[in-house]
Amino acid sequence: MKNTVLNQVNSAAENITSQTVGFPFSDDAKMSVRDCNVFYGDKQAIFDVNLDIGNNEVLAMIGPSGCGKSTFLRCLNRMNDSIDICRVEGSLCLEGSDIYDPQLDVVPLRARVGMVFQKPNPFPKSIYDNVAYGPRIHGLVSRRAELDEIVENSLQKASLWNEVKDRLHEPGTGLSGGQQQRLCIARSIAVSPEVILMDEPCSALDPIATAKIEELIATLSKNYTIAIVTHSMQQAARVSNRTAYFHMGKLIEVNETEKVFTNPDHELTEAYITGRFG
Amino acid sequence: MTSGKKMSVENPVDHNNSANRVKGSVVDTERFKKRLAQRYRAEQRFRLYGLMSIGFGLLCLVLLFTDIIGKGHSAFFETRVSMDIHFDAEYLQITDVSSEQQLNNANFDGLIKRTWRAQFPDVKSRSDKRLLATISSSGSGYFIRDQLALNPHWLGTQQTLWLLVDDDVDVYYKSRQKGDAYMGRVNEKLASWIESLIAEERMELNFNTTFFTAGDSREPEQAGIRGAMVGSLWTLLITLILSFPIGVAAAIYLEEYAPQNRWTDLIEVNINNLAAVPSIIFGLLGLAIFINFFELPRSVPLVGGLVLTLMTLPTIIISSRAAIKAVPPSIREAALGIGASKMQVVLHHVLPLAMPGMLTGTIIGMAQALGETAPLLMIGMVAFIVDVPGSVTDPAAVLPVQIFLWADSPERAFVEKTSAAIMVLLTFLIVMNTLAVLLRKRLERRW
Amino acid sequence: METSNLLLALVMVIAVSYAFGRGRSISVVAPLGGIKTLNSLPFYHGMLTALWCAIPSLFLTLLWLLFEPKIIETLVISQIIIDGEQVSSDKLSLMLNTVENILAGTLLGIEPSQALIDAAEHLRSLRQTSQMAMTVSTLSLAMMGGLWAMTKISPNYGARVKVEKTFKIVLLACSCIAILTTIGIVLSVLFESLRFFKSIPATDFLFGLQWSPQTAIRADQVGGSGAFGAVPLFAGTMLISFIAMLVAVPVGLMAAIYLSEYASTRFRTYIKPLIEILAGIPTVVYGFFAALTVAPAIREAGSMVGLSPSSESALAAGLVMGVMIIPFVSSLSDDVINAVPQSLRDGSLGLGATRSETIKQVVIPAALPGIVSGVLLAASRAIGETMIVVMAAGLAAKLTANPLESVTTVTVQIVTLLVGDQEFDSPKTLAAFALGLMLFTVTLGLNFIAQHVVKKYREQYD
Repeated sequence: MKNTVLNQVNSAAENITSQTVGFPFSDDAKMSVRDCNVFYGDKQAIFDVNLDIGNNEVLAMIGPSGCGKSTFLRCLNRMNDSIDICRVEGSLCLEGSDIYDPQLDVVPLRARVGMVFQKPNPFPKSIYDNVAYGPRIHGLVSRRAELDEIVENSLQKASLWNEVKDRLHEPGTGLSGGQQQRLCIARSIAVSPEVILMDEPCSALDPIATAKIEELIATLSKNYTIAIVTHSMQQAARVSNRTAYFHMGKLIEVNETEKVFTNPDHELTEAYITGRFG
Repeated sequence: MTSGKKMSVENPVDHNNSANRVKGSVVDTERFKKRLAQRYRAEQRFRLYGLMSIGFGLLCLVLLFTDIIGKGHSAFFETRVSMDIHFDAEYLQITDVSSEQQLNNANFDGLIKRTWRAQFPDVKSRSDKRLLATISSSGSGYFIRDQLALNPHWLGTQQTLWLLVDDDVDVYYKSRQKGDAYMGRVNEKLASWIESLIAEERMELNFNTTFFTAGDSREPEQAGIRGAMVGSLWTLLITLILSFPIGVAAAIYLEEYAPQNRWTDLIEVNINNLAAVPSIIFGLLGLAIFINFFELPRSVPLVGGLVLTLMTLPTIIISSRAAIKAVPPSIREAALGIGASKMQVVLHHVLPLAMPGMLTGTIIGMAQALGETAPLLMIGMVAFIVDVPGSVTDPAAVLPVQIFLWADSPERAFVEKTSAAIMVLLTFLIVMNTLAVLLRKRLERRW
Repeated sequence: METSNLLLALVMVIAVSYAFGRGRSISVVAPLGGIKTLNSLPFYHGMLTALWCAIPSLFLTLLWLLFEPKIIETLVISQIIIDGEQVSSDKLSLMLNTVENILAGTLLGIEPSQALIDAAEHLRSLRQTSQMAMTVSTLSLAMMGGLWAMTKISPNYGARVKVEKTFKIVLLACSCIAILTTIGIVLSVLFESLRFFKSIPATDFLFGLQWSPQTAIRADQVGGSGAFGAVPLFAGTMLISFIAMLVAVPVGLMAAIYLSEYASTRFRTYIKPLIEILAGIPTVVYGFFAALTVAPAIREAGSMVGLSPSSESALAAGLVMGVMIIPFVSSLSDDVINAVPQSLRDGSLGLGATRSETIKQVVIPAALPGIVSGVLLAASRAIGETMIVVMAAGLAAKLTANPLESVTTVTVQIVTLLVGDQEFDSPKTLAAFALGLMLFTVTLGLNFIAQHVVKKYREQYD
């Protein structure tokens, strides 16, 4: 029974044109993507995506495994550059400037658009040095006192300060999974980004740690624009303002989160959220 | 399906234009930009250092090869001088050419001196005459004796033979060919005689067969690497015969049979340690135990092979273990499932599949053993051996030791011979290593 | 019978016993219904017979060959020496040499004493007897073994199990050769060193500052005083190894970084093997290059600048040794750098770090234990290196830190002391073993530390 549903769904998906339903665009867009196509060698992974990420909003990207959400997310801060066979076409802009402009320097871009990865990856350094790494290399501070301040601020914003303030010089790898992930969030906050991209940040964590991070996202969204890829529909429902549904590399629907999960516009979206596949 | 408000973006705006930026963005400051430029310069420098390091390594490699080849290629040619030798039976006092005793007693050296004087009738003084005779190699006497023994009908006739020249003359002639004549021990008189010989077209450069057919000698022009090559062959043979079976057996035991206990750990620790012990220590071991305690003869390929076996065993064991590990357990399980015994699984299934990897490791181990010198010095392979060894218990030298000995010799002619010997050694090593790589590539299976 | 012929004969007997054993196993069950009724295949019966034939006889042959010379020597000595007479070991070996020469017919010089001539005759007869006895006993042992095994062949006989057990024991014995080798090394080096320390106290050796290993042949010989202080040797070894590491570590590390982080796959496939070639070149070739090309070049360059480097400068040997070690450092570092997980690099790049910053501040610190271990192993290699220093460094033991002077190392002295006509017992040759003990201990220690550094400090990345 499931097989036939899958066949129906996939054939429906193949027939979809690049018309995305819902409201993919926004008035106050921090990042805007137009006609984005991504290729791995000869294989195409992303088809004609048009999307805006609004200022200070939390945009969730959901979809079945392998539908290209992470690939798309990694395009937004040009992390795909490190993959030789990956080719990105289209216009992706941060506040109006094309981030794939060959003239553009990728280093400051990544300071403005930060990323938190799926598996916590603290550096094998002390907690302090983990957070201080970004400001140090970008030369954002000149005095130790300033650096201390940034570290404390970032750890506070990441809701980690109280737990680690007495052991800042212990190795970051000695923390629990949830703490490590919050450390990584603090690390990316420390360079004062404008956008934070999160690639399934809670998939390696237990429910309590997950809850803590979801709380954090809500607080962070007041000051930062957040795009979060998630496997969990419940999480998307909990944390985001708008939700984008991807299916086999195509952007099917973008709408207010509540609408997507109660009354989606597209039949594929409905099939996904009601659990008929995926 | 409706689309929301579309925001069209025309031309991408210049990223560096600060008007398009949210004010207060940290990446906007002058300080940031300056530092960014610094960081990129540091990045370029770092990359450059990496490239330069690789360049340095490759440069050294190129320098080494060019130096050796430059010094050694001339050794593959030898200078000969043609002389008209009259095999005067009366002078030589030979009545019966087949008599070995008469041949040995005959004064061939005198005959050569005579021929020289005939060639240069103007040379008068005794010291000059003696000097003249040094143009040809001191071994020429034996050479023409052997030629006469091969061609008995030459007795009483005059033959034109090409004789090897002395090493000083050889060096002079070769450097003269290159345009930069090196006199060395050749004085003016000698040089003038040589020039006249050249004018008469009596000197030529031939392929140096002596190098490959003769054993070691004190005279550079008569020295060859044949003894050393055969010695190396015998030694390597012993090493192969001993180390391959023992190494493979040990690897099989460790991978297939060994239980997880202290004894096995001890064996493994020992093997890893032995792989890192300096080679000279194995020489000391050989000296103390094989030569001193068991009183095996010194300087023979048997003992050399024993010492080298102990040295290469760790290499072969480690690479054989890797080859055995690479055989998937599913094959073993399938064989056991049919009811094969452990020994049958190992011998009929695992070993054939692991054999290419084992062979590769062995070839590489043999290549290392071929180039080893220090341990063989310890067991006495440093003597001056002239004869080509006939068996594993005859005194022998090996090629690297021969190189070492020649490198110490003062004659300039030995420099080119040493370099040529190095070229031969390197050729063998390159061939062996290429064989190993090819073997690995051809027989590599994808599981 | 000559030994080689004896071995051939034994092999034939073994082959025959295999055939017989196999044949017998087949014939025993022929009336019972064929080989199906056999517990083990005829092959195993044959093998078992062959093993019973081979192992005892070959073992006996080996023991005989190894210990016969010593036993015969003892017998001859007891004949030469009149009871109670104390003969020095020098005189004894001279007498033994004379006896050997008489036997070989190569004795020159003075007429030997009758006792020695008798001893030579005795030696000859002993050897003959021994050879004959060996032939007879080994061959008969082989045949007896084979016959005995054949009597046990029956349909239910578990030949296969026995053969497999033997197989396993043979494999185990081969593995134990590694342990035997280590024991051999330790014993031989230790034993001779202890003999050395009987004549020269250990403190003199370890802390003495003078190294001139002469021993007097006559009591009044000039220049016969031996000083066996090894400190200049240690210093020389350290100096040359230090220079080598100074070359090899930066170059090797940067090469490894470039190859693993910056280079394209094509570049890497071609260049990495080329660098590895440096490791495959025999050290005698490096020694030649150092002595004939590098050392004169340094001397020229030095004199142009006004210095006067020795023609056997430590710098020449150290430089060439460094070049030889580059591939060690490079490939060990390459392995550990590649083992650092990509997620760490991503984390750093995602923050906006440049590639070099990521490498310097994240990748290398993460790989550091492995790199340190690699450097220690390379240092161990440098310290134990022999040929380059023998050919390019000097013999004069000097305590200096100047790389332009000529120094000598532990390995050079081991070679010099042993490559000569030295009586095995003199302190001079025993000193070589003491030096060998030092070398073995130091390299073993370095290897041990290298392995444990990695174990202790390595982060587990899964």
